[in-house]
Amino acid sequence: MSIRFTPSVVTANDLLIGDVVYLTPQGGWSRIHAEAELFTEQAAAEAALAAAQAQPDRLVGAYLAPARDGADGPEPAHFREVFRARGPSNYPHGKQAERMC
Amino acid sequence: MYRYSEFDRDFLATRNAQFRAQVERRISGALTEDEFKPLRLMNGLYLQLHAYMLRVAIPYGTLNSVQMRQLAMIADRWDKGYGHFTTRQNIQFNWPRLRDVPDMLDALADVGMHAIQTSGNCVRNVTADHFAGAAADEIADPRPVAELLRQWSTDHPEFQFLPRKFKIAITGSPNDRAVTRAHDIGLRMVLQNGQRGFEVIVGGGLGRTPVIGKVLAEFIPEADLLPYIEAILSTYNSFGRRDNKYKARIKIMVNELGLEEVRARVQRRFDTLRAEWGGADQAILNDLRRAFAPPAFRVASTEAYDIAYENDPVFRSFADTNLAGHWQDGYAIVTISLKAHGATPGDATSDQMRLMAELAERYGHDELRISHEQNVILPHVHKSDLPALHAALQGAGLATANVGLISDIIACPGMDYCALATARSIPVAQEIATAFEAREQDIGGLKIKISGCINACGHHHVGHIGILGLDRAGVENYQITLGGDAAETAALGERAGPGFAYDQIVPAIERVIDAYLSLRKAPHETFIEVYQRLGAQVFKDALYQPGDRANAA
Repeated sequence: MSIRFTPSVVTANDLLIGDVVYLTPQGGWSRIHAEAELFTEQAAAEAALAAAQAQPDRLVGAYLAPARDGADGPEPAHFREVFRARGPSNYPHGKQAERMC
Repeated sequence: MYRYSEFDRDFLATRNAQFRAQVERRISGALTEDEFKPLRLMNGLYLQLHAYMLRVAIPYGTLNSVQMRQLAMIADRWDKGYGHFTTRQNIQFNWPRLRDVPDMLDALADVGMHAIQTSGNCVRNVTADHFAGAAADEIADPRPVAELLRQWSTDHPEFQFLPRKFKIAITGSPNDRAVTRAHDIGLRMVLQNGQRGFEVIVGGGLGRTPVIGKVLAEFIPEADLLPYIEAILSTYNSFGRRDNKYKARIKIMVNELGLEEVRARVQRRFDTLRAEWGGADQAILNDLRRAFAPPAFRVASTEAYDIAYENDPVFRSFADTNLAGHWQDGYAIVTISLKAHGATPGDATSDQMRLMAELAERYGHDELRISHEQNVILPHVHKSDLPALHAALQGAGLATANVGLISDIIACPGMDYCALATARSIPVAQEIATAFEAREQDIGGLKIKISGCINACGHHHVGHIGILGLDRAGVENYQITLGGDAAETAALGERAGPGFAYDQIVPAIERVIDAYLSLRKAPHETFIEVYQRLGAQVFKDALYQPGDRANAA
């Protein structure tokens, strides 16, 4: 394990809807960031990412996104991931409209 | 305007059926994303931050009321009830679902529209002066040539895999409203000994390497234009770089080979090609000229306009900012601002689209235009109809009298939508527009342009004030450029200095504006005129007061 590894979640876009999804500890996919599994070890994160990339029939563009532990579960650690987890700032559309953040 | 022929309709039906099958194969797993991605991009379908995005071409920015109503229907049925008009005269739908996209494309085809070549390394939607066919300063309507270019470039077998994307803009006026000098090819109509032709500008572009285009040919007769452009594309296709996507645009080829060498190679190619063109293009162009013939203008009194202008200060304000001179006596060009203070630049709801369609039908000879400045134009309105038109616009939040003012901001979607963005653009535009609303008439003509990454979809390099949003160590940071110009006097803005944090960018712009107001000699001296008279330093001094350096990153 590298000490430089940034804790991360595995995220992608849903093939049919395009919405952002996160890999959960149960191995499923949630549209809620706080339900994601937070990986603190590089090897486990990369293994999970590889497994996600092997699901092209339901996901597009899986990658590791920086995150940190929060009160209700993992929280995004970069502002780009904050927007992905919430939705745009000019309209109440996306996850924020569906109370998924 | 141009109506699709049987050939166009058949081509589109075949293409849409192909894409429907490709979507089905993607969903079934028969196509991987790597295989599907170039196919969807060829049909205008992107995957953005939160959803897919469908970019629909509006060739040379021209629409009729039936097409505008169909865009509204698509927005309601398959999206979230609005559309976003872009800086290349396209419209984007931000929330389509993959399964619905083939139906959306069929609905577009029903009204003679498509999303082909709105992405990918091909010739993109040809853009034009949004006042084409109406402007008082115009030599001739450039849209017949623009439509000829659209037909020639659509599915052109030689140019589907260019080194990089390729953008063409055209104007028929000496006053450049189409940013021709910031395109891969810019075409400016000129007259020489009474003969109509084009100045051909090449290698302009913004993005990470901003370049003002150079004149490749001062005069190409109209009859030689298409083979000459084909010679440019052919030369670029052969010699443009493919080893590095950031070095692949034609501007890099022009820079590396030199303008003289490019001119010689294009000429050699042209000499070969010219003989192969038998004149079919000119026959088509003649038909297209008939399709773009002016509408049947009416002759009527303008008294209703004169009375409203005299007595209604709100109407007068609208008339002073949102009208432009029409070549036909008694007519005006109306710009409908999609920049209501605090709103998203370029967005229109489906209700607004339907109203604009209705007004175009009732008062505007059934024509609408989309400008690269993200507004909607009714190019042919008789002045006597303007008071009624204005009243109807007021009822729909479409009567904002700010065209050309500080709140008439170009902004790309930025990180609220775009997967490439490094910072947000839209909220910065919203906050600037709101902050200056009370004094924007006093500030006068001023163009602010905002991009959320270095790809510069928001044209920040050619804004009088440009704003570029970046990611600096995980925080949004905004660089300011000053003195850019998008018109025939095109110039790239100069970077003012270190960037500003998100919550400091509006105060920074306020300091620039306050400096301008204190430095101008008279109210009619505009910001860019003061900049050209005094240079950048006075504005840099205003931006970077000692106390603010701590906030600058």
